[in-house]
Amino acid sequence: MQGIKGISGKVAGFFRLSGELSHFAGRYFAEVWKPPFEIRELLHQCYNVGNRSFPLVGVTGFIIGLVLTLQTRPTLQEFGAVSWMPAMVGISIVREIGPVVIALICAGRVASGIGAELGSMRVTEQIDAMEVSGTNPFKFLVATRITATTLMVPVLVIFGDVLALYGSFLIEHLKGNVSFQLYFNQVFDSLEFSDLIPATVKTFFFGFAIGLVGCFKGYYCTRGTVGVGAAANTAVVAASMLIFILDFIAVLISDIFYEL
Amino acid sequence: MNKENTITPVFPAGEADEVIIRIKDLRKRFGDNRVLNGFNMELHQGENLVVMGKSGSGKTVMIKCLVGLMQPDSGSIEVMGKDITKLDRKALDLLRADIGFLFQGSALYDSMTVRENLEFPLRRHKERFKDRADTETLVLEALKNVGLSHTTELMPAELSGGMKRRVALARTLIMNPRIILYDEPTSGLDPITAKEIIELMRIIQARYRTSALIITHDVDCARVISDRMILLVDGINYAEGTYSELQRSADPQVKAFFK
Repeated sequence: MQGIKGISGKVAGFFRLSGELSHFAGRYFAEVWKPPFEIRELLHQCYNVGNRSFPLVGVTGFIIGLVLTLQTRPTLQEFGAVSWMPAMVGISIVREIGPVVIALICAGRVASGIGAELGSMRVTEQIDAMEVSGTNPFKFLVATRITATTLMVPVLVIFGDVLALYGSFLIEHLKGNVSFQLYFNQVFDSLEFSDLIPATVKTFFFGFAIGLVGCFKGYYCTRGTVGVGAAANTAVVAASMLIFILDFIAVLISDIFYEL
Repeated sequence: MNKENTITPVFPAGEADEVIIRIKDLRKRFGDNRVLNGFNMELHQGENLVVMGKSGSGKTVMIKCLVGLMQPDSGSIEVMGKDITKLDRKALDLLRADIGFLFQGSALYDSMTVRENLEFPLRRHKERFKDRADTETLVLEALKNVGLSHTTELMPAELSGGMKRRVALARTLIMNPRIILYDEPTSGLDPITAKEIIELMRIIQARYRTSALIITHDVDCARVISDRMILLVDGINYAEGTYSELQRSADPQVKAFFK
């Protein structure tokens, strides 16, 4: 009986959270089009999200490219298919590994940062102070951050993809003496718009999810400093979950288009 | 006190009996916890009204309802003749420009310098100040009034507790408010700094002719600053009067505050 109650409580909690998150997203879409537009703060957030994530995303992307190529090479060699390496790496990086891994990295760095920052502002009454001063804190803090992550995560994913492909090329160049031109010709020959467009479009949704969850957890933070830690932590978990769910939906939808 | 705080009234004194805030039968509950049970209050022009109560007695909830940060369950809150529970966002923001709010923990924006903290409230009310002075002058004037002219480029993390409270007060003053709400202005401060803040509040009240609603459980603060006091017990105004009237009260609940 206790177990059933526990499960039903968790299910109810999940649906409540989903509802609240949807309402929060709805408020974002309602407010983001209305003036005043906080352009300066938006640019500041783009810098925070984008520029400050470049090193981590760059290193991650580069290492993914190296590792993927190193680990796949022996298997492809066994089947005499090493020449397929650029195509295999290109498609897997651009379509799936790049967007998902970079988005997860951003969820860890950006969603937790936003959750902690807004949570701290909430518990120290800075958000209330903003409201009292006549500034809409939702527009100033939330709308700018969600917009910034939505715009910057795709840029970071493209940057990560490029470095991953470059990492892969380095291994191929060292082990197979493949030239830069040949490698990237094969990569781009294997890629089609039907690979690039869904992969890019879904990164906007990933960015939106990261900003949305980080802001939601921080904006409604309670319980003082403990709550700030919890907001940062749960923001990462929820954003990561949402990225996987969105990725699954994106793959399902693109599969439908492939079949048409 | 710093010489910068010379008292020179900038506004003519209003009529002392003009009611600037009127709260009627204010009720607010959180689940089963009834925090406010029909609180009533009137604040007059130029008056310093202290609301005292134990922790959790609903003081902060009341003051947050007063600026629209919380919605009361019932009751009316009139600020300068306008019922704030019925105002839309734009009208509420305009009204808020006349209300300064000093938060308990100062609530300075951590990511901004002192200058940016002070400039922040001005950005939405540029029209209000276009004839008065430029932003730079307003910031320096406000900081001068609290004796912290040298801190413009410092971050809040570089300030002491007392300095933060003063900067927060300067941020409140920069809007030239008619009413200042103080939420526990001396909490978390050492006795000497607390006295300095209380003195500063007196100077500001004299200079700007503001009306002040002060939420506190600091008896010393109430003694020095109050024209009138309300004791908030169980969400209602349990007792009202001047400091000396309440201090002489034989009621055990009232006496408990002055022990």
